[in-house]
Amino acid sequence: MPFWTIVYALLFYTATALLVGGLAYKIRQYAKTPAPLKIPTTPAPVTRQGVVLRMFREVAFFESLFRSNKWIWIFGYLFHFGMFLVLARHLRYFTNPVWTWVDLIQPFGLYAAFAMAAGLAGLWARRVLVDRVRYISALSDHLMLALLMAIALTGLAMDYITHTDIVALKAFFLGLMVFNWQPLPEDPLLLVHLGLVATLMIIFPISKLLHAPGVFFSQTRNQVDNPRAEPGQRAHDSRHIAPWAAELEK
Amino acid sequence: MADFETPTLKEYPVIPKIQEGVMAHSKPFVAKDVFQEPLGFPGELVDNWQQVAYDKMEELTGKYRSLAVFLDSCVKCGACTDKCHYYLGTNDPKNMPVARQDLFRKVYRRKFTFAGKYFPKLVGAVDLTKEVLDDWYSYFHQCSQCRRCSVYCPYGIDTAEISMAAREVMDSIGVGQKYCNEIIGKVFKIGNNLGLPEPALVDTLEGLEEDIEDDTGIKVRLPVDEKGADVLVVTPSADFFAEPHVDGLMGYAKVFHEAGISWTLSSHASEAANFGMFIGSYENMRKLSLRVREAALDLGVKRIIFGECGHAWRVAYSFLNTLAGPFDFLDPKYPVPQHILEFTHDLIQRNAITLDKSANDDMRLTFHDSCNVARASRMGSTPGGQFTIPRDVIKASCNHFFDMPQDTIHDATYCCGGGGGLLTDDLMEIRVKGALPRMEALKHVVDEHGVTHMAAICAICKSQFAKVLPYYGFQMDSIVSVHQLVSNAIVLGNKQ
Repeated sequence: MPFWTIVYALLFYTATALLVGGLAYKIRQYAKTPAPLKIPTTPAPVTRQGVVLRMFREVAFFESLFRSNKWIWIFGYLFHFGMFLVLARHLRYFTNPVWTWVDLIQPFGLYAAFAMAAGLAGLWARRVLVDRVRYISALSDHLMLALLMAIALTGLAMDYITHTDIVALKAFFLGLMVFNWQPLPEDPLLLVHLGLVATLMIIFPISKLLHAPGVFFSQTRNQVDNPRAEPGQRAHDSRHIAPWAAELEK
Repeated sequence: MADFETPTLKEYPVIPKIQEGVMAHSKPFVAKDVFQEPLGFPGELVDNWQQVAYDKMEELTGKYRSLAVFLDSCVKCGACTDKCHYYLGTNDPKNMPVARQDLFRKVYRRKFTFAGKYFPKLVGAVDLTKEVLDDWYSYFHQCSQCRRCSVYCPYGIDTAEISMAAREVMDSIGVGQKYCNEIIGKVFKIGNNLGLPEPALVDTLEGLEEDIEDDTGIKVRLPVDEKGADVLVVTPSADFFAEPHVDGLMGYAKVFHEAGISWTLSSHASEAANFGMFIGSYENMRKLSLRVREAALDLGVKRIIFGECGHAWRVAYSFLNTLAGPFDFLDPKYPVPQHILEFTHDLIQRNAITLDKSANDDMRLTFHDSCNVARASRMGSTPGGQFTIPRDVIKASCNHFFDMPQDTIHDATYCCGGGGGLLTDDLMEIRVKGALPRMEALKHVVDEHGVTHMAAICAICKSQFAKVLPYYGFQMDSIVSVHQLVSNAIVLGNKQ
């Protein structure tokens, strides 16, 4: 087995384990930590369906961000939606046969990559040029943008500049999934691209990318607005009481 | 007057450029041991304060999901940076919500996250040094916990939650704020924030009864500790004598009189306000809330109604059931608790009271949405009732009403600048500067529509505006209570 194949095989097994394990750990932590008081940002939905819709609008359209700042919204949305389409397009390398809808979106992958890069560029420009955003940025905030930008650019470069053997690449990844390793094409651009992606996977659960699972646990968005004893509700379970708070009543 | 400059009002709001450290000197008086101990806090900075603080932070992130999620989820997008009235009024970057949170987050990362433990410089993680603690004390007392930032954050991160946690950590190591902690102690000892004992309360209410009779010729009662009354009214103690609050109280009395519903105040629960929330202390907040339950049980009432108070309504609406429930001994036909505005609004809708709008023709009014009411509560049964119900009551009581610009009202409302435990003279500078955005919005309707008065339903807002309006060239008595308008317009003696 060639050297780089072994290195990258081990790298991806590690990266996947750290990503999945790390996320599972954090999600478990968020789920198990009590939410002792009802604190949705009002006006808030008074039913669970309303909350599901509110959360959907946040995640699908970035509703609060749109209200807040149109520039961040446009760049942020371009980046996220572009990345979503890019990731979806990449499923072709990990599935056999390729799913129909993945097949259908192949042509959009290129434009999505440009959108992703444009969004990142706009966000990074803001982080450098606007004094308020510069003030709150640590080195890690700039590096995160650099990492994502490098992934987008190396990906685009593989399409325009060098032409990687994607058949062999697909065989490599399919092989990893069934523990039947196949050689990895040794394009420098591909190795850089894959290395950066593995880095992203590894740092995901120890970085601000935790906003991805985090948003679903945000009480200001995911709680139903029904804290008071409405007519007909006098029973103990209309009270939103956390286990540690119940201890105080003993 | 203190030695700072009142900001100038601009025609249109401008996002200021940052000026580092300009408000680092602002800090409220620190509580002495006599104010700390009744609340269960150390009397002064404990010897191993750094470790105690770290332990408390760990405890809190395990008890409050909001803390764990909000500290991890911020991506530093900067959407919140121009949303806080304290930033807009001071230009100090640590008053930007994200930067304020970061004072806490940087220490949390250092002690409790992989990146912060092993790569602190990379992620900007720091230890809790004395400088950092001083910054916490200064800047977490430049946050009124108004939640405006949480409206605009893509994840709904609420700086108020961080601010409450930071104050709780500081209290646990002996660094408390005199203003809040002394007041909480007064409620435990005497029953209300002002330290007004029962005989003084009875006397004050008798005086108000006389005033109403002199004014209207009708005997309207303001009962206290009356067993068997239908309704227990819990109102901020400022309503008993401050202006314009007391005019609101007289308004409630007239409404109950006309509606023919028996009511009572309570000397045991003579305070709607709950400063336990401001210091993030669940235990103290609960202890204060239990007084309402005790009074309701003791007096045998059927309903609980809260008077015009902002954060009190948040605690009442959002937390009372959890902290002091279940309220299965009260009339199940009504929500527990209700707001006096829900009560009056319902009476108006049913034509159970008569209002003569011309009584308020000498005023051209606008309405200030108080932050806790707007972003942390509800009135009525549909979302947003907390905006429409007060306005409906105002419009039923007067002929001239104009809203301030859309992006300064409803859930985008600007805090008055005095909330969250900041309504004290030792914080005058931040109070005046924080009021800037609201003052600019007010100037807009004064110029465009000749507005002469602003109505509010929060005791803190009313006190803050009475003090701060003159700094900006407005009259101190141009702030009025909503039930003051009702009191002027209500026609007494029509119904039996």
